[in-house]
Amino acid sequence: MNKSELIEALAQEINIPHREAAAITNTIINTMTEALANGESIEIRGFGSFVIKKYDSYEGRNPKTGKKIKVKPKKLPFFKVGKDLREQVNANKK
Amino acid sequence: MTLTKADLVQQVYKNHENLTKAQATDAVEAFLRLSKNSLIEGSDLLLSGFGKFNVKDKNARRGRNPQTGDELTLDARRVVTFKPSGILRDRINAS
Repeated sequence: MNKSELIEALAQEINIPHREAAAITNTIINTMTEALANGESIEIRGFGSFVIKKYDSYEGRNPKTGKKIKVKPKKLPFFKVGKDLREQVNANKK
Repeated sequence: MTLTKADLVQQVYKNHENLTKAQATDAVEAFLRLSKNSLIEGSDLLLSGFGKFNVKDKNARRGRNPQTGDELTLDARRVVTFKPSGILRDRINAS
């Protein structure tokens, strides 16, 4: 499912115009993006949580050429699936 | 600081003046329910600009109890993984 399909499903689910469902979806995604950009974590009970991990600069290698390169410090978001979602996803495996 | 569902409801309520608090709550709940259902049905969820949630099947494998060292078989399972979009990664590293 992609974002436009989710918006369409949301419009039908709670009976609101498509335009409004799109605006609400953008508000939710923007709010989560902002939080992560500010270094905050996210915790949605039953769905999962996001935390930002910080990496210091390190010496890496270009896997193609084998040349040594310096990798700049970076931050990456990590998602941990919530218990309820994890169990339901796994239960559906036939 | 941690963003929770209550914060999402608050933001939706604040940014959409025509919605009551109850409607904002319904909208956020429905958004999460539909997202979850997609994954539960085994279908990936792509939120462009944010990232992609993948449903992956893992094979059974031999593992060990790290505490006792005993060998055991881990059953095949289905898991959810997340890959952040380039846009999200750039936003997080912009500061």
